[in-house]
Amino acid sequence: MTRGKVRVLVAKPGLDSHDRGAKVVARAYRDAGMEVIYTGLHQTPEQIVEAAVQEDVDVVALSILSGAHSVLVPRVAELLRARGAEDIVLLVGGIIPEEDVPALREAGAAGVFGPGSDLDEIVSFTVACLERRRSS
Amino acid sequence: MELVERLLDGDRRALARAITLTENEDPRAAELARAVFPHTGRARTLGVTGPPGAGKSTLVDGLTHLYRRSGRRVGVVAVDPTSPFTGGAILGDRIRMRRGAADPDVFIRSLATRGHLGGLSWHTGSVVRLLDAAGFDTVIIETVGAGQAEVEVMRYAETTIVVMVPGLGDEVQAIKAGILEIADVIAVNKADREGADSLVRELEMMLELGGRSRGGRSGEAWTVPVVKTVATTDEGMEDLFAAAERHREHLASTGELEAWRTRELAAEVTGLIRDLVGQKAQAWAETAGAWEETLAQVAARRMDPRTAADTLVAEFLACARSGSAEAAGGGPAGEISGGSGR
Repeated sequence: MTRGKVRVLVAKPGLDSHDRGAKVVARAYRDAGMEVIYTGLHQTPEQIVEAAVQEDVDVVALSILSGAHSVLVPRVAELLRARGAEDIVLLVGGIIPEEDVPALREAGAAGVFGPGSDLDEIVSFTVACLERRRSS
Repeated sequence: MELVERLLDGDRRALARAITLTENEDPRAAELARAVFPHTGRARTLGVTGPPGAGKSTLVDGLTHLYRRSGRRVGVVAVDPTSPFTGGAILGDRIRMRRGAADPDVFIRSLATRGHLGGLSWHTGSVVRLLDAAGFDTVIIETVGAGQAEVEVMRYAETTIVVMVPGLGDEVQAIKAGILEIADVIAVNKADREGADSLVRELEMMLELGGRSRGGRSGEAWTVPVVKTVATTDEGMEDLFAAAERHREHLASTGELEAWRTRELAAEVTGLIRDLVGQKAQAWAETAGAWEETLAQVAARRMDPRTAADTLVAEFLACARSGSAEAAGGGPAGEISGGSGR
């Protein structure tokens, strides 16, 4: 399938009110030439997946600082699958304890980025995921 | 085309994918447009434009809510600018469009301008048609933050709402000849702020002086209403909704609606002819050998660009008449000069 611009949904599920990190990542994606749909704070997994479908994004990047990642990430992944949208690359960023990372990957997160992650690394990881998806 | 059937069936993923194909100018997009066209022309269309930060997205959210309440299915096309440096974009209109976010009878799509000027994206008109064909009987188009030149939305919107806010001061003067001219309805948003009443007075005075809509789409008899709103609290939104619907009825009852639609379709065909013939002529010029030679003459200032173009077009048309242009400049738009043998 020929694709034009990479489209990324940057979303903040759950109840925390700090979106600085999400905005910084959104900006990094924009500066990498991608189209970033930013949906703001306090999104439910249902709203996030519905937005991802309507916007036909290639990537959903979740920013979670509330500690509820173990619930939210599997839920988003499950809803994406239910919509036949499991081809969308799911990424997670925020305050994620190291020991929770394997479970999130198991649930469907292609990448997990903790505090202090390098922006260039996040962008290049995203691009690599998309290339893998395209060639598969 | 399976995608078309799914789209007409109301499959949201199919609609989303169809919009992507259209935006990306995928080769399948033309076939898609052809297949959905008979199912379009039914949606009531509205445009919402105005300067950045005027509250357009919040206002669209409020209108979406009111149209939903009257039983309509609402599609929203929200346009934000593409960075001229990186080609990237941050599309943030959904932040304010919360009420329709989980409603199966609302579909919101964010588009980046991708270099298009005029306040919209390249394929906004086609995206509106896709939403229309998918059964959204009301389509609201939100432009980028607009000032003076972003008037293109009036091509696709039956009713154009221009959103103003108090406190821009002299900028009312500045945009007098710009987007205010395309307003069918004016919303003075953030009307709880100081200066709202004087802005309303100023706008009404300006409208009385004339200089907009005269003989335009709305015709002589339409007086542009100025409605005060506070979109964040829904204050005045019912009035705005009523004013927009009154405008639609005015267009329908005066015959302007049909006349405008016909004019816009004619303009669309004209634009496409220009593009397609231009592409064909260019392709012909580049393969027919005349290109390098003519350009060299222009570069040496022995021939001016206009004369060069005149000469090439004349040769292209002569070849088209004799039937040889097709062979030289053939391409995907082959049907355009397909009858050139006559």
